[in-house]
Amino acid sequence: MYFGKWLQISICLIFGLAVATARSEDAVDFNRDIRPILSDKCFQCHGPDEETLEAGLRLDQRDSAVREEAIIPGNADGSELIARILTKDTDDIMPPPKVKKPLTTEEAELLRRWIDEGAEYAGHWAFEPIASMAAPELSENSKVNHPIDRFILSRLEDKGLTLSPEADPHTLARRIALDLTGLLPAPDRVESFVAEWNQDSDFAVSGYVDEMLASKHYGERWGRHWLDQARYADSNGYTIDGERTMWPYRDWVIRAVNEDMPFDEFTIKQIAGDLLPDPDKATLVATGFHRNTLINQEGGTDDEQFRNEEMVDRVNTTGAVWMGLTLGCAQCHTHKYDPISHREYFEMFAFFNQGEDINNVSTTIEVGEGELFLENPDPEKTKALDAAKAELATLEKSKAARQKVWEKSILEAKATTGVAKWNRIKPSQFSALGGDILKVLEDDSLLAAPGAPMEEYRVSLPSAKTPTAAMRLRLLPHESLPKNGPGLASNGNIVLTRVEFFREGKPVVVKEAEHDHAQPGFSGAFTIDGNPETGWAINVGKGTAPGVKMNAEHEIRFIFAESIPAGSEMDVVLYHEKNASYNIGRFAWERSETAPPVMRDEKLLTSLRVPAKERSDADKKFLAAEFARLDVEKRAALAAISEARSNLGIGREVRTMIMKDRAEPRETFVHLRGDFLRHDEETGPVSPGVPAVLPELPKLEDPERRRNRLDLAHWLVREDHPLTPRVTVNRVWMRYFGRGIVETENDFGTQGAYPTHPELLDWLAGNFVGNGWSMKHLHKLILTSATYRQSSISNDSAKKDPLNHLLARQARIRVEAEIVRDAALSASGLLHPKIGGPGVMPPQPDGVYAFTQRKVSWVAAKGPDRYRRALYTKFYRSAPYPLLTTFDSPDFQSVCTARVRSNTPLQSLTLANDEAMIELAQGLGAKLLREVAGTDSTANRDRIRRAFLLCYSRPPSEGELEALVEFQEKQRASFAADEEGAGAFVPEEVPEGFDAATAASWSALARALMNTDEFITRE
Amino acid sequence: MDSFLQQQTRRHFFEKCGVGLGSIALSDLMMRDGLAAPSRSGDPMALRKPPYKAKAKNVIFLFMAGGPSHLELFEDKPKLREFHGQLPPESLVKGKRFAFLGEGARLLGSERKFEAYGESRMQLSELFPNHQKIVDDVCWLRGMKTDVFNHGPAKLFMNTGFQVPGRPSMGSWVTYGIGSESRDLPGFVVLQSGPRGPRAGNALWSAGFLPSSYQGVPFRGSGDPILNLANPDGITGERQRDFFDVVGKLNRERLAVTKDPEISTRINAYEMAYRMQSSAPELMDLSGESQATLDLYGAERGGNSYANNCLLARRLIERGVRFVQLYHTDWDHHGGPGQTLGKDLEKVTQQVDQASAALVLDLKQRGLLEDTIVVWGGEFGRTPMGETRDGKIGGRDHHIDAFTMWAAGGGFRPGMTFGKTDDFGYEVVDQKIHVHDLHATILHQLGFDHEKLTFRFQGRDFRLTDVHGRVVKEVLS
Repeated sequence: MYFGKWLQISICLIFGLAVATARSEDAVDFNRDIRPILSDKCFQCHGPDEETLEAGLRLDQRDSAVREEAIIPGNADGSELIARILTKDTDDIMPPPKVKKPLTTEEAELLRRWIDEGAEYAGHWAFEPIASMAAPELSENSKVNHPIDRFILSRLEDKGLTLSPEADPHTLARRIALDLTGLLPAPDRVESFVAEWNQDSDFAVSGYVDEMLASKHYGERWGRHWLDQARYADSNGYTIDGERTMWPYRDWVIRAVNEDMPFDEFTIKQIAGDLLPDPDKATLVATGFHRNTLINQEGGTDDEQFRNEEMVDRVNTTGAVWMGLTLGCAQCHTHKYDPISHREYFEMFAFFNQGEDINNVSTTIEVGEGELFLENPDPEKTKALDAAKAELATLEKSKAARQKVWEKSILEAKATTGVAKWNRIKPSQFSALGGDILKVLEDDSLLAAPGAPMEEYRVSLPSAKTPTAAMRLRLLPHESLPKNGPGLASNGNIVLTRVEFFREGKPVVVKEAEHDHAQPGFSGAFTIDGNPETGWAINVGKGTAPGVKMNAEHEIRFIFAESIPAGSEMDVVLYHEKNASYNIGRFAWERSETAPPVMRDEKLLTSLRVPAKERSDADKKFLAAEFARLDVEKRAALAAISEARSNLGIGREVRTMIMKDRAEPRETFVHLRGDFLRHDEETGPVSPGVPAVLPELPKLEDPERRRNRLDLAHWLVREDHPLTPRVTVNRVWMRYFGRGIVETENDFGTQGAYPTHPELLDWLAGNFVGNGWSMKHLHKLILTSATYRQSSISNDSAKKDPLNHLLARQARIRVEAEIVRDAALSASGLLHPKIGGPGVMPPQPDGVYAFTQRKVSWVAAKGPDRYRRALYTKFYRSAPYPLLTTFDSPDFQSVCTARVRSNTPLQSLTLANDEAMIELAQGLGAKLLREVAGTDSTANRDRIRRAFLLCYSRPPSEGELEALVEFQEKQRASFAADEEGAGAFVPEEVPEGFDAATAASWSALARALMNTDEFITRE
Repeated sequence: MDSFLQQQTRRHFFEKCGVGLGSIALSDLMMRDGLAAPSRSGDPMALRKPPYKAKAKNVIFLFMAGGPSHLELFEDKPKLREFHGQLPPESLVKGKRFAFLGEGARLLGSERKFEAYGESRMQLSELFPNHQKIVDDVCWLRGMKTDVFNHGPAKLFMNTGFQVPGRPSMGSWVTYGIGSESRDLPGFVVLQSGPRGPRAGNALWSAGFLPSSYQGVPFRGSGDPILNLANPDGITGERQRDFFDVVGKLNRERLAVTKDPEISTRINAYEMAYRMQSSAPELMDLSGESQATLDLYGAERGGNSYANNCLLARRLIERGVRFVQLYHTDWDHHGGPGQTLGKDLEKVTQQVDQASAALVLDLKQRGLLEDTIVVWGGEFGRTPMGETRDGKIGGRDHHIDAFTMWAAGGGFRPGMTFGKTDDFGYEVVDQKIHVHDLHATILHQLGFDHEKLTFRFQGRDFRLTDVHGRVVKEVLS
């Protein structure tokens, strides 16, 4: 009923009038001309929803319309429908004035003609089977062979238009690279492509497209499009917006896209991978698709309410992504326009309503960093990792028994009397994440400069002539360190989370780690517990011994389970994974042939002396904790796991959310008015099902079996599904032309737009399915067409077809937010091309969290992670990375099938002033100086030409060249008179042979080039 | 350059929207939705006439995040004191759900003293002495009602009309509808004070599925008000001008080749960005304000407080900004440490009382109140029952069935008290205003029919008031 209040003229009408209206000589086409009018103006009271049906008349069904005599086929003047829309009587006129949707004269005329021509109805085009199409024969243009071009040209020729000429090869090189990989092409490749294109353009394009499709960056580019639809993010959403680990799902998508996983398989694994027989790990990770829903962690929430929100989101997302349907409209009542009933909505809902998760993390799976990218992992190595994990599990089970043995051994142990004699070791090699930040001092200690926020020091130690029973890490103060150190934190503290020893590449098991002093809660023992969340720190506080100071020498002794034989080279890794910048500032390694006596804590001995049965709870807890801390066997198992992982080539493991259904099915009811608290008990529970207007689900072989998500997934990718193939190819088309063949890419229902090229859409859909749902095949098909390859320069066609629906030219398209950054990264040469892994934190402006409830500890990465592609930037839904949202990235609260493209001053400020962008401009400036020597006028011109190739893949025009020569000279002079300013704007490393003013002036020039419309546009 | 721009075809700003509206011109969109077309090419904030006669032009929404207690501030309930410590009548609480309260919560009488003031005889508690000065300028809405009792969803509801994130906020709808008069500042500005940002974060001023140009732009109280506003290190004013000039030159070269009007839009956007770099710091600079004005608000030059933000709100409105929203945290007085109805409530009322009243007085004396709607309130009220935390009854839980807000200026009837609650302040018994009704009423004053200000997303025509809302004509003069 309330839909009556909505005033909206159908989108179809707008370009219905522009391009698709029946020409007066043509017959009226029901789907193209009539359904949009009836749907928009009449169905709300004379459509599918029985609750709001007026006078028992349905205009969406011919039978009803004829029976009620609203329509007399062949006799418009005798039809009540025509009489009622033409009457002047405000009581009788249709649509009633109160719904505020008057018919236009053109619409009335169309309805009249349609009735006169027999009032033939047709099913809604998108629900009809995909027609098998042949590309049209063209009148004279016999040279045109590409089927896509034949479809496009046939419409153009009707209008007296034709395709634009092919874009120049420079534009093509950049267009194809941006479209397929999202990175700018390297200048050499541009030049070789141009040469090839001049020889044979078809051959050149075909080879270039193949090359780009084979690039691993293709999976990032097209994976990102898919992640929009999956509403992927790295946080839970709502107010608390805690971090979540879903990046393994992101990695799965990238790999699947790169491998060209057929889209049907791609679908089945994401919707229902968990229900396939014996799913492997990757398949389970794929089900993360529907675990990307929000979780509300706020205190006092009703989990059932937010579980319901998640279910609604899963239904609506599935409808939007695969079927281009607005199922959400049927959540509260039967759809007003499309044949989807309120009950059918909850039949879809019932597929999803079985999950174990209830507004929480629930089921997860362990995945190692890089694991999803392993190519043919050695089964032996996989087995070894599984065995090592099994061993750990066994040890966990036998913990109580082992603790008893341990207790006894301590009580019975004789006091050790060994005396350690420590010898300093000079490191043979060392490295750090942040680059060249460690240096050896005269006393063989290492001094660190600030490096990566969470440093990882790797130190190699030469072999010794005697065995090594223990090693000692000494922390030493130094005047260069904050408060003299020994740490790099502003107060001189450290948090050392893990220490790993390797002998000839094999992990060495440490029995005990003993500190001389530890901050309460930060015991030295935490460095060998394998847990990156705990560590050793040295601040003083309640409970530390009197007189101890933080800013002084400290040490931690590592006693090995077995003495290391003489002649062994050792490698040691120090991790600082907990707090940013709490890295060690100065340290030295020492070894001893004899182990030092282990100091037994008096408290431990006292507790142990109490007979087990008489111990207090506090004692029991304390002893269990001590045992866990000193559990050598467990530590050995952890070391074995770590070794097995590194043999396999994977990194640390995380747990990521996956789908799992409950053992006991949950009953689903229709929710009255969409309210989850109001179940429709009258109609009773509903079974999983699909809308009747679409193909039926296959009959169940076992009638007792309950249908599940796997049935839904298989159904979605049936070859005869009228929607999935059309919707999918339409979205791919949209990426290349800025608009789909069906403009309303997420509404293929009756309120959606009629396709501009219906035959082409069906041909593409059929071709896509016929080629095994191969995306790469589809891309190549489109990219080799003249339609794709034509110029985007505006021409006379704009007068006849201003909105370019008929494609007489390509579109200039502003690249997506991520690609803005990626383009700058690739032009600057700073891009770190690593694929996948945990999210990263590039620099972001201060003040992002001034407005959020929760402040994320955003520590800009130093080292390679600072320069990763933007799709790896950690995404917090409540406070996203500003550059992304400024350039229209959605906040991933719900499915996004197509992004908005805006053009605002805040975008300009970001490109012009953002620290991260400036750094990349400076990187490009430095690169230009490195690549082109000299400072005379010729060199400067060459350098500008080079910059153009890097940024725009083309040479500059004379005007551009002169403008930039003048600009650079002026900046050079200006910086030369301002040493401080030049110093502030130079790249981090000024290439040799150039002064600061020159370097700064080229940074300024690079900045200008990265700020043009062309830089962020695919032309 | 301007004449050059004017030659360009008038093409829309948004090449493609996520809603499948594709390349229909923004102007087409707006005309379709009953809005006037943008008067200037390509600028989403270009001034547009509202479809109906407007009584107000601007809005300042003072958002009291956390949910202020109407029972400590605006509603004297002697019965609540009389029945203090007793169970509430079952008819009131039956079938109700609360965020934290369980069964057996007992009534809590307020310890605050109330008195009636002004010609309107509106009751105010001792916590709001400065509000006495505006008691006859303000329309008191005592019958407010909302649907949700968790902070995040309730704040979203008050701002967007929906409990889930992803919908446009009121400021976005308004600027989408009529643009903004300011050429140098964003049309929708958000300010924040208090210990932390409001729950739900940027979803509260999100443009949702509207083009992102309409999202609220947060202005920080200290440092650069807008992200990336300052020139990079080493770039002087002159170098920045050179930079904008050469970028403009390169853009015009490309425009001549491609003839794509989108480039004109970008040239425009860069020019506005350049102006913003000077206009935003000028806005924040209070050196031109008299000491008397600063004292009226309790603001300080260089300060970062609710009082400063109220003064900034006036300055924003003076500069033509359409919609200003202030968030002040934290009003969530459950009774735990830092959350008592005693000194903790006193602290936040002291932070807010004087400046809120000052804003109304200042706008009035400058003749700006006629055109500007000032709204004061939070996402919900607080329960008549006390909440026990740490063993002491010192607070109240979230309450959705009745709470108080106020509105001044922009055609709201001054000195009127609208809305009656029962003896416990639990339910509205007369003159109820649901959140949707408040939205409908504000839009009405700005010249919109809330049922017609729509945007199609995922096949549905969405609006701020969803499928509800009534213009509460009774509170309008």
